[in-house]
Amino acid sequence: MYAEYLQFSGFRVAEARNGNEAVAQAFSLRPDLILMDLSLPGMDGWEATRVLKADERTKHIPVVALTGHALAGASEGARKAGCDSFVTKPCLPDDLVVEVRRMLDTVKKA
Amino acid sequence: MSSLQARSFTRPIGNGANHAARLDLLENYLAHHEDILRCAHLSLEWLARYAGVKQSACLAVDAESNMLVGIAAHGIAGDDIELFSWPLSDTYDPLIGALQSSRPVPFRSYRPNGHAAPTPLGRGAFTAIPLGLRGGNVGGRDDLAPGLLLLRAPAITADINWLVMVLGQKIDQVRGRGSLAEEARKLRRERTLFFTIINAVTDPIMLTDTEGRLIVANARAEKLFAASEEESEGRRRAVELNNMLFSAALSRSAVEGNPEARELLLVDPSDGSDLLFEVLSTAVEDPREGTGIVSVLRNITDLRRATEQIEENYQKLRVAEAAVRAERDRLNLIIDSVADPIIVTDATGATVMMNSPAEDLFTVVAGATESASRTVQANDAHFSSFISGLLLGETGPGEIRRGEIGLMNPSSGEPIPVEAIAGKVLTETGELTAVVTILHDRREALERARLYEQLKAASDELQARVQAATAELATQNELLRRQAIELEQASRLKSQFLANMSHEFRTPLNAILGYTHMLLQGVAGDLLPAVKRQLQRIDSNGRHLMTIINEILDITRIEAGKMPMQLSEFNLNELVPEVMTELDPVISRSKLTVAPRLWPQLPTVYSDRQKVKQIIVNLLSNALKFTHEGGIQITVGYSPAERTASVAVADTGIGISPENHEKIFEDFRQVDDSPSRQYGGTGLGLAICRRLATALGGRITLESTMGVGSTFTLAIPVETEQ
Repeated sequence: MYAEYLQFSGFRVAEARNGNEAVAQAFSLRPDLILMDLSLPGMDGWEATRVLKADERTKHIPVVALTGHALAGASEGARKAGCDSFVTKPCLPDDLVVEVRRMLDTVKKA
Repeated sequence: MSSLQARSFTRPIGNGANHAARLDLLENYLAHHEDILRCAHLSLEWLARYAGVKQSACLAVDAESNMLVGIAAHGIAGDDIELFSWPLSDTYDPLIGALQSSRPVPFRSYRPNGHAAPTPLGRGAFTAIPLGLRGGNVGGRDDLAPGLLLLRAPAITADINWLVMVLGQKIDQVRGRGSLAEEARKLRRERTLFFTIINAVTDPIMLTDTEGRLIVANARAEKLFAASEEESEGRRRAVELNNMLFSAALSRSAVEGNPEARELLLVDPSDGSDLLFEVLSTAVEDPREGTGIVSVLRNITDLRRATEQIEENYQKLRVAEAAVRAERDRLNLIIDSVADPIIVTDATGATVMMNSPAEDLFTVVAGATESASRTVQANDAHFSSFISGLLLGETGPGEIRRGEIGLMNPSSGEPIPVEAIAGKVLTETGELTAVVTILHDRREALERARLYEQLKAASDELQARVQAATAELATQNELLRRQAIELEQASRLKSQFLANMSHEFRTPLNAILGYTHMLLQGVAGDLLPAVKRQLQRIDSNGRHLMTIINEILDITRIEAGKMPMQLSEFNLNELVPEVMTELDPVISRSKLTVAPRLWPQLPTVYSDRQKVKQIIVNLLSNALKFTHEGGIQITVGYSPAERTASVAVADTGIGISPENHEKIFEDFRQVDDSPSRQYGGTGLGLAICRRLATALGGRITLESTMGVGSTFTLAIPVETEQ
């Protein structure tokens, strides 16, 4: 649903089904922003984020974490793993678009 | 004795009488007196006075004893002439020889053998004239002269010769009528005896005249009342004083006519000490000597001293006796004051002494009833058997025998169990003198023991009950603890369940809202106006559902203590417009004016921005919901004193009655709880707001008037403590 709406909103979107796929795609596509679902099958989002942030090729790419764990500590863990932003699911498509735009603006300014 | 001689001749003789008259007078006197001794004395005095013979003595032959004895003397110091005697058989003695002479014999007091012979005149020459010679007659005589006149005289005058003759005749005459020697010897013996006796008496004995002048005195008396010229001044004074005292005593006794013994204090002339005498005076009548007084003085100085000593000792004895009596009284008092009966018995078991508590038990009171008497007898029997057990038993000194005796109170018949404690009293030699027994009333001890047992039983029971109760309490506590754990678990499970459920609700709802949103945004192309309107209904209701689910999630999080806090610095002046922007669609729809009033130079607040925003959104939403006309004012405030920042949301809505001011902050509450209520919502909004404010260290207050409007004010500390 989010990919569909992001494409509708004018972004190019590539999807990965698990952590390994996400890391591989990030290395090959070099996206402007990565939306990382933390509860992915296989290599989870935190591990994938740590890999990406440890690599010279991908560490500058902002990572926005998406998580259903709205409890305390979840966002903290995500930041430690290297996530730049944090969005709690469920989240309306519009809100996600707003956050993506804000992160991209931040990166551009830097 | 000199005093006796001095007073032996009282007849006055005139100086001027002629010689012949004097001779006649003497002769006449001698002729009329039968007493040889007195005649001899008179003759010697006459010689001294009228013939100038200063020293003379008269001796007479005592035919019965064949002795030449002295009968009178004059002017001779020393030995008593009457004690002089010499046997006639001693013919060699010059005196005896002189008896046979017919003329005066010059005498030198030597025997023919040259030895000194005893003479009444002492040493020195004198003349011995045999009595009976008539002047100048020198004719021999065939018999012995009746006596001798010894004298020291310049010459033998006619007067002397005459006297010798007269006196010799007188003696012969008297002898012719009776035995001169017999009488004189008897008299002398009596005198000797008399003086021996009175001198042997240790008490002073005196014969005085009525004026107290001394006539006869024994040696003791002389020591007190006589002193010669040669003696010391002090002794003479003492004697003088004694004479005065004695005279005074005599005259007192004469005046009072009291013949009884009286005390007389005299001075001992030898050492000046006081001597106390008892004087016994008796008047004696003598036809020749007149009235005399015989006084016997008994020295009672020692007696008095002894009497005083005895008196003193007696007083001491009295004092000691009083002390002993006081001691005994005190002891009795002590024994009587002891509440326990005390009995003292002798070695045979007989009662010697008992105190009054013991008397109550062991003596029959006068007028006692028969049963009381029997009780006393029974008590006595019990006690006697105890004592005999002690007496028969081998109890050493200092050993104590104890025993229990069941006695009875004679007056009440009440049983008195006593403990008898008896000790033997032994003499130094180990002989048993007494047994002291104290009876100790055991009723109190028994009662105390009984009470103690009761108390102990009660205490044990109480302890058991307490233990039971404690066990019960422990069980209950354990149960409560388990229940508490179960409750806690249940509560946690409930919260967990609600949190999970909310999450599970939100995921599909999120998809519903997402796709509705995308359709409305024209993702699927343009929509018919009717479809668009229906999609908007879905969107609106979906959002409402989402709000409800979020609120439930918040409440459960807060209750589970799992509401995360994200503290940061921010400015309320910025937050208020942000909230207004967020609610802009609602504001626009309400046609109300919403006016913010900010606080210039408001310090930044360190708190959870998201939570504060949530509260303000909620308050503003409520204001918009319950206000139909008028306006809403949002005022930012600051209190430097309390260091709190505040946001007040004031509306001109329906208002809230005072009784509902607290109620509206409770979970799931609106003022109108009825199913037909006008306003929607879960009723969780204000409850969440208050809990959040509290979690941030702040509070929400309400001022409201029905029909006028309400003002909700959020106040939070400028710095929230984590």
